[in-house]
Amino acid sequence: MTEMRLIAPSSPALLQSPDHELCPGCGHPVAWRQVLEVVEELGIADRTIIVVGHGCYTQMMIRSDLDSLQCLHGRGPAVATGVKRMLPDAIVITLSGDGDMVSEGLAEVLHAAGRAERITSLLFNNGVFGDTGGHMTASTVVGQRTKTSLSGRDPEQHGYPIDVSRLLANVEGTAYVGRGAVNTAGLVARTKRMVKRALQLQMEGAGFTFVEVLTMCPTGWFVPTAAGPEYLEEAMMATYGIGELKAPEA
Amino acid sequence: MTRVLQQGSEAVADAAIAAGCRFFAGYPMLPFTELLEHMSRKLPGAGGVCINADTEIEAVNMALGAAATGARAATGSCGQGIALMQEAVAEAALNELPLVIFNMARGQQDYFQATRGGGWGDYRTITYAPKDVPEAIEHTYLLFHLADLHRTPVVMYGDYIIAHTHVGVEPSVPDLGPLPTKEWALDGSMGGTGRARQIWTWDRGKPNTPGLGPDAHWKDVAAKYDRIDQTEARSEQRLVEDAEVVIASWGTTATVVDYVVDELRADGVRIGSFRPLTLWPFPGAAFARAVAGASRVLVYELNAGQMLDDVRIHAPDRSAVRFIGSVSQDQTGMRQGDLLDAAVVRDRVLSALKEGS
Repeated sequence: MTEMRLIAPSSPALLQSPDHELCPGCGHPVAWRQVLEVVEELGIADRTIIVVGHGCYTQMMIRSDLDSLQCLHGRGPAVATGVKRMLPDAIVITLSGDGDMVSEGLAEVLHAAGRAERITSLLFNNGVFGDTGGHMTASTVVGQRTKTSLSGRDPEQHGYPIDVSRLLANVEGTAYVGRGAVNTAGLVARTKRMVKRALQLQMEGAGFTFVEVLTMCPTGWFVPTAAGPEYLEEAMMATYGIGELKAPEA
Repeated sequence: MTRVLQQGSEAVADAAIAAGCRFFAGYPMLPFTELLEHMSRKLPGAGGVCINADTEIEAVNMALGAAATGARAATGSCGQGIALMQEAVAEAALNELPLVIFNMARGQQDYFQATRGGGWGDYRTITYAPKDVPEAIEHTYLLFHLADLHRTPVVMYGDYIIAHTHVGVEPSVPDLGPLPTKEWALDGSMGGTGRARQIWTWDRGKPNTPGLGPDAHWKDVAAKYDRIDQTEARSEQRLVEDAEVVIASWGTTATVVDYVVDELRADGVRIGSFRPLTLWPFPGAAFARAVAGASRVLVYELNAGQMLDDVRIHAPDRSAVRFIGSVSQDQTGMRQGDLLDAAVVRDRVLSALKEGS
């Protein structure tokens, strides 16, 4: 019989409770865990403020042991601007899904980047409004089935997805843009390094920093739970390539 | 104290900064623009931040974020831009963040917007409508104080006359009394202690420090607005003791109305006037007392009849109420039109008095 050995705590220290109300197979908690671990590792938990938009991930904010401000749908980067300008030494992180940021709040994130706000915005992109039950967002990929594109996103009728990371990489005010994913262990680790780099750059006052994380939403994708990671690779990665789109010289 | 000649917008900006405002964000739009200009010029020197935002929606949300840190924060626009801000005003009301909103309005058609909520949920905004620049300065101090005292968004209803008129002012900061400390403000310091803070309109709290949840929290907020309704109404009345007719008006329009009231008094008409300083809470009890002896109540405002609703709600005898105002906008769309005129008010009052007499 193989000896069992605990190599990491089952729950990050910065969670008040490991419970959540998210669906089986959801990628959000995996992605959020990386953020909590990085905040802990950088020793910035006592000066971090999370500004969170509206989506399934709101559930995670309730249980996280970080000062947090629940804001209006899509407005996180604007709200975070007010927070950061009044508390320049705080580490200010916004959390949005693709519905929150790419659909509702595209202006807010682009303008915050343009102003080079010293905040870090996180986009958990699963290409669907998970919270409403699986509807099309501005980042839904071509061919993807949602409740409002039942035959798959058709460019003739629905147009094309917006790649926010590529947009932001072209904005002068951004210091860092990285896109990771949480469908394999290797990419989870790589995503964590991106989050760490972004937060370190914020600590240095470098400019606007941004990490997009592709996450699984088997419920909203209408695929079996276990098929989520594979679907993410097949459906989303063809549109959204993984890697650092903009980073200062190391 | 030296008396200085200042444009109203500059005087309001100075008062806001003297009141401790350290964050301001706005999107240029006449006649609000000058307030934004003065704040952008003066706030940095006072250790504050002014952001020329890219939309009104961003401006108000930035101010909301600043307010969440405990800073005194403000934004503004005219009614059209404030329409865009309503969702965030509701947010500030329901997550109880103090926020000051300057509506340098293009006329008097935003009374409902200022006094009826306008966003989602059960809330109101304390709204002061100054009649002139000195009063606007006084109200600016008061609004920052009331926003903190009640943890609520508050509104100043100004207009182009207040924004653009140059008057001599004597700056002095009033002592408005103590305020509770902002224990709810976020600074990030509670992270990792097991008692991190959360600000949310639903007041869900966190597992170790549960909040009330939406039902109980929103009942609490509604009860707070009931208390404000009972305690914060302010008004002014003139010559009502023996008045057979009382005319109600508000904001800068009231200065014209009072001029006419004095003229008609000189002609022997037993007329008085009533002016709410707070549009919300509407000073209903004071209004009812002011018109108790009058056989006719006239309402003059430059819209299709908005304060008229509050007058009808509080008038002891609704059949005595006559609306003699009207929509009146000049051709630029930026300011009140031809009906902001003493001769017009006088004619309308006299016509109303002839009717049925």
